[in-house]
Amino acid sequence: MTGWALARVILIWAALAVAIGVPIAFAAGSEQLAWRGPVYILAGFAGIVALGLVLAQPLLIGGYLPGFSAYRGRRAHHWIGGALVLAVVIHVAGLWITSPPDMIDALTYASPTPFSPFGVTAMWAIFLVALLASLRRRLGLRPRTWRFLHMPLALVIVVGSVAHCLLIEGTMETISKAALCALVLAATAKAMIDLQVWRKRRALRGEGTARQ
Amino acid sequence: MTIVVLNRRNLLVAGGSVLATGVLANGVPGLLLPARADGLAPTETMSGGANNYRKGAAIVDRIGKGGFWMSGTVRRAGDGAPLAGQRIQIWAHTVEGQEHEPQSHGATLTDKDGKFRLEMPQIIPIFGQPHGHLAYDSGEFKTVFLRPVMRSPKDTSLEAHFVLQTA
Repeated sequence: MTGWALARVILIWAALAVAIGVPIAFAAGSEQLAWRGPVYILAGFAGIVALGLVLAQPLLIGGYLPGFSAYRGRRAHHWIGGALVLAVVIHVAGLWITSPPDMIDALTYASPTPFSPFGVTAMWAIFLVALLASLRRRLGLRPRTWRFLHMPLALVIVVGSVAHCLLIEGTMETISKAALCALVLAATAKAMIDLQVWRKRRALRGEGTARQ
Repeated sequence: MTIVVLNRRNLLVAGGSVLATGVLANGVPGLLLPARADGLAPTETMSGGANNYRKGAAIVDRIGKGGFWMSGTVRRAGDGAPLAGQRIQIWAHTVEGQEHEPQSHGATLTDKDGKFRLEMPQIIPIFGQPHGHLAYDSGEFKTVFLRPVMRSPKDTSLEAHFVLQTA
């Protein structure tokens, strides 16, 4: 590996660490934490981590993270997807414990807060993608069918998560939050354009076998 | 804002009524009467307003150590007459406790002008919005739950206004 290549690898990973780490660090310094219980704090950070994981997903599948081949990037994408489900479950469960009536309002789309329906919709899209991914082989979904199902849901997840996050007045600092959201949108757009996800192409031969 | 409206209304009712009846009612009675018949619409309960409500919070001089002011008015639907001696219950997530905790709840009574004002600890954002909760739940009028949102979490006061209809 040449010096420049190594520098590039370090730079890309450092940028990702900054993009996710800085908003978390700012939130960890929020004065509001002083008036929250441990379960509420955990629930809030699970939400922030979930947004960070949403950023990692297009980067992995688009092959933008050095050190991850197409195969390893795809494997990591699956694992991160599972971690995203776990983070969302912790987020919702923690908020439910903190204030059951507010969480029930949100889940039933009866909440007065404008950000709740975005978050709840993104949550269902995340669960649905995870369910479909786990059943993908059993259902015999071809890559084309899978893409047809996954891409609209991925868009719902990304747009829903970003809108949810931006509208919340919570522990996250405004600028670092907006920057993370912008990166999530940009990474998703780049991956979808590079992979030409809208194209009705025939299954690439390598695509079916690469997952085995 | 609403207090200004209320004053203007009082002024109209008390001082301007003679003029109004003299000039307007005689000239265009058909236009004036329907407006009076519709009157002031009752306040609807806000979604999420009743969350973490505790029945029967005590009337207090101040909730906790104070530092934040919750104020508002209580009027009667239709004619908009101020309602004195009405019990308004107030609660919120504050620097001294979470929404559901007893020390975060208190009640106060409206004065002769239908106004109430209760000092409470600073409200801080909970569930993504800095907001308070108020309830009229004494039974004489229909129960109403309000959930006003602060423009900024740094605000040190919040207003909520009730227009009640007979139960």
